[in-house]
Amino acid sequence: MRRPPAGPLSRLRLADLLPVATIGLRTRPGRAALSVLGVAIGIAAMVAVLGVTRSSQAEVLAQLDRLGTNLLTVASSDPRGGQETQLPDGAASSVRRTEGVLAASATAQLDDLAVYRSDLIPDAHGGGLDVRATDTALLSTLDASLLNGVFLDEATANYPVVVLGFKAATVLGVADLTGDDRIWLGDRWFVVVGILQPVELAPEIDRAALIGFGAAASGLGWDGHPTRVYVRTDTTRTEEVASMLPRAANPQAASRVAVSRPSDVLSARLTVADATTSLFLGLGAVALLVGGIGIANVMVISVLERRGEVGLRRALGAARRHVAVQFVVESVLLGAVGGGVGVLLGAAVTVVLAQNRGWQPIIPPAAAGLGLAAAVVVGTVAGLYPALRAARMPPTEALRTA
Amino acid sequence: MTAALELVDVRKTYPGSPPVESVRGVDLAVHSGEMVAVVGPSGSGKSTLLNLAAGLDRPTSGSVRIAGEPLEKLSERRLAGLRAHRLGVVFQQFFLLDHADARDNVAAGLLYRGIPARQRRAAAEHALEQVGLGHRMRHRARLLSGGERQRVAIARALIGRPAVLFADEPTGNLDSATGDAILELLCELNRGGATIVVITHDTHVASAARRRVTLRDGRVAP
Repeated sequence: MRRPPAGPLSRLRLADLLPVATIGLRTRPGRAALSVLGVAIGIAAMVAVLGVTRSSQAEVLAQLDRLGTNLLTVASSDPRGGQETQLPDGAASSVRRTEGVLAASATAQLDDLAVYRSDLIPDAHGGGLDVRATDTALLSTLDASLLNGVFLDEATANYPVVVLGFKAATVLGVADLTGDDRIWLGDRWFVVVGILQPVELAPEIDRAALIGFGAAASGLGWDGHPTRVYVRTDTTRTEEVASMLPRAANPQAASRVAVSRPSDVLSARLTVADATTSLFLGLGAVALLVGGIGIANVMVISVLERRGEVGLRRALGAARRHVAVQFVVESVLLGAVGGGVGVLLGAAVTVVLAQNRGWQPIIPPAAAGLGLAAAVVVGTVAGLYPALRAARMPPTEALRTA
Repeated sequence: MTAALELVDVRKTYPGSPPVESVRGVDLAVHSGEMVAVVGPSGSGKSTLLNLAAGLDRPTSGSVRIAGEPLEKLSERRLAGLRAHRLGVVFQQFFLLDHADARDNVAAGLLYRGIPARQRRAAAEHALEQVGLGHRMRHRARLLSGGERQRVAIARALIGRPAVLFADEPTGNLDSATGDAILELLCELNRGGATIVVITHDTHVASAARRRVTLRDGRVAP
């Protein structure tokens, strides 16, 4: 007699897997939600950190792009008590002759001069504003623009005429130039002819009352030495130019000249942001790990509670692999839901924070994708052990102890 | 003719000190269309025997054959396939999926055969009619009475037209009136052609079967 052919295998349709794998989630939604929370928090933290960092970096990059990185300032390296000290007489012109320099403007901070709204205010109340003599090219060298009025020109530079920096105008209460706008500068009245927009790369200009060289020399006793020179360079040669400028500004004592690049302050913010990003990403990863352990815990408990169901499924013909796949998919779903919720949460945090700071919110697609993928991986790994435990359970034992 | 179920010198020993010999050489043949009651006091090895016969456990020695197929030759996967396609089991504790309705519980009997859900549900409706629960199709299992739950479990075991339907103390969790009704249902299904092996310690249940096998200390009592 021929042996009968081996019987058919048991088989679980793919279409049936999802309903089977979601039984645990559907019967205990509260527990599922809580176990999802840990992963969601971890992913949200990571997405938010990446999103916020990227948004702020984009903001800084846009700022750098707008302001340019080719502005240098040349000043004396030993300022006294916040006062800039003098550079040699011909510093500006020799800087201007340096190769790679596109434009240079000399300014001179005038010591011990204060600015007031009127001549009735006592001398002690200076308001922290500077008086600065400048050449007429400063506006174009700084790429600054006027909020109101006009800048100094060849004609007005010799007269008691002043252009106020943005902050100086605010402090002095000069809002527009419609009326008779005069300020008390040193020992005489100056007429305000212009107000500058904020100059982001030269905050000292914001706090200054700018007057012409001629007016400074004739009325206020300025001796002609500049204290700070603003230099616009060929963008590709900025660093090379920066290294040549000390000698150009002061050939006798190059070491006493400090050249700085104001945009470096902004660039530094990018680096600092990178460092804190790794820190917070690490914290997010820890949260994710804890979330994964939470899922594993819940799955182990779930498998123990559902021994009867496991035994029944085996009795109905489920192979070990069917039981294992059921629990792994359940765990993967927990992870995926946690990841999805986390990505949404992280994106929401990014948008709120960015709008709060006035940035364009950017959620890097890679961060969202990686976050979701990480959550799925965590769910898979967390589910493996409980699923194998369920699969290895002998059906008789599962049915007996249920 | 091949027996639907055949046990040849089946033994099951559980390791330990001393080892426990739960089943000690049982020979039994159940033919297609028969209804057999396996009776005996608790501890006589009835449940172990059912687990071996229903392919839920493997004997230490001896042979279990379902429709001529020796289970000891089957891999775990093939054995699972055999359970899915050839066997049905009804338990004392019913083991229903509480959140699912009666129809889906019964349809689960075909889940691991890879039959599409629509066909499973259609077959489940038919099986529920057979056990007299046509009016309870969409009721959630946890809202059904004990007798109704056991009828659902029987319909689930029956839906795949198994070679043998095993029932392990099917009336054990039911009051006597409900238990009698379940017993009557099993007899009726047997009259309709189903091969049924009932494990019970209840002599009343045993007397309903035409053939009775008494188990004592892991052996078939004469």
